[in-house]
Amino acid sequence: MMTAQWLYGITGCLIVALGLRTALLHTLLLQRVIGINIMGAGVFLVLIAVAYRGPGEAPDPVPQALVLTGIVVAVSATALALALARRLAAEPDNG
Amino acid sequence: MIDVISSLLIVSGLGFYLAGSVGLLRLPDLYSRLHALTKADNLGLGLLTAGLILQAQDLFIAIKLTLIWLAVLAASAASAHLIAQHARRRETRT
Amino acid sequence: MNTTAVLVFDILLVLSLLSLAVATLATRDAHRSVILFMAFGLVLALAWGRLMAPDVALAEAAIGAGLSGALLLAAVREQPRQTLTADTNAVHSGNDAGLKVILQSVATLLCVGLAATLSWALAHALQSAPSNALAQAVQENLATSGVSNPVTAVLLNFRAYDTLLELAVLLTAILGIFALGPARPGYRSAGPVFDSLAHWLVPVLILTAGYLLWVGAQAPGGAFQAGAILAAAGVVLQLSGQRTLGLPQERTLHIVIAAGVGMFLLVGLSLLFLGRPFLGYPPAWASALILLIETAAMLAIAATLALAFLGGRPQSPRLNATGEKPAALSTGTLRAAMHPVRSGTDADTNSGYRNSSNEQKQ
Repeated sequence: MMTAQWLYGITGCLIVALGLRTALLHTLLLQRVIGINIMGAGVFLVLIAVAYRGPGEAPDPVPQALVLTGIVVAVSATALALALARRLAAEPDNG
Repeated sequence: MIDVISSLLIVSGLGFYLAGSVGLLRLPDLYSRLHALTKADNLGLGLLTAGLILQAQDLFIAIKLTLIWLAVLAASAASAHLIAQHARRRETRT
Repeated sequence: MNTTAVLVFDILLVLSLLSLAVATLATRDAHRSVILFMAFGLVLALAWGRLMAPDVALAEAAIGAGLSGALLLAAVREQPRQTLTADTNAVHSGNDAGLKVILQSVATLLCVGLAATLSWALAHALQSAPSNALAQAVQENLATSGVSNPVTAVLLNFRAYDTLLELAVLLTAILGIFALGPARPGYRSAGPVFDSLAHWLVPVLILTAGYLLWVGAQAPGGAFQAGAILAAAGVVLQLSGQRTLGLPQERTLHIVIAAGVGMFLLVGLSLLFLGRPFLGYPPAWASALILLIETAAMLAIAATLALAFLGGRPQSPRLNATGEKPAALSTGTLRAAMHPVRSGTDADTNSGYRNSSNEQKQ
């Protein structure tokens, strides 16, 4: 277990927890969407930290491909969430 | 020898970045902050790029680095202009 | 040696990531949190570079920081600046203060427990010997996969089915966005400086996207990064007043959006028809098929992300110059007052940037 793996992995776990707290508790919808994105960033940190093999060896490509997929899925989910928020805000019964 | 020169260039580039960040934090109003950010950061990036070009393996990488510097130069100049224009218009409107 | 220097760099990077995350989530102003989120995405791209994941770094800088930031900025622009009116608390304040405090502490405890459990699981997993089975399998089969970049090989050959489903997720998202309402009103021309920047920036972006697509077989790059850069070109076009973003209209646009999933299915089903497994490329054709699928995927991703920035169903270009929709086309619920038209009052600087379709992608 290398120092870099451990360091970035624990950071990823902390960032997941931070994002989840905001996604659960914050008032503003936009902030919650940002919180979910940051949760995703934490998960990606854990995955890439696990894929890291040290400065000499090539890293494991499978988690990196997973993270690449995850980034694209996260941005499309964010786009849909923002469109939903925009439509919600335009409804006449919603202040 | 090349390593020493490139390290000097990179460190001085970082010094300009530091100056730009200090300017961002300490200068009084929007226009002077834009000055500090755009000029100091672009010069810092230029020195950084020069130091990295000395370390590049072949010409193609050096060309790519120069292109990156030129693109950042143009983009930051345009965005500084837009920010200043918007702030100016908001000032003259109120 | 230099391991201490690397450790110091790692600790600094981790601390900046954590402090940026806390700053993004703890601020009360929506604008500020969006800008901090973009900064977080850029520092995260640095972290990916440090952890030897250059494809992910490219994608994070282009999509995670760039396009996500643009989407969030476009969304936050519609909100008035001071969004928190009476309660300046960052957390929901209900009428019963006791229940609120209990809810907050329960949620915080839940998150702390989650972090602890994840860290325990991570430490446990890292302490046992790392399982290299998948990495070895990729390395052994890389020669017959048609590309030499292992991440591209995993994405488009070994786990091609996952990429197909990911493109389907993109398609579903854009269909949802289309269904929710018309697009945001466009921007006015921002002046000669930005227009001249856009004049040469958009062709450079298109070239870069093509280069990334081509080089993704041998070096870090690929369809996703290329698609994101094309979408960035579309965003630049939108910001300079070109309301169609250089995209084709109506039927061609629908074909382009569906092209990612469509090309995958076409290739997969024809291979199935020829007797091979679904998406099992014959080694002689693998690189050509991968390039074909990647091109279609790049166009689909670019169109989808650019339309996501538009925020809704694109209107037909037969509209007046200020971008306002005729009353018959609007959904009736989106108030026009919420969408102030951008960038100043002097519209006489409509520079020589013509509103033609000569910026269309190939």
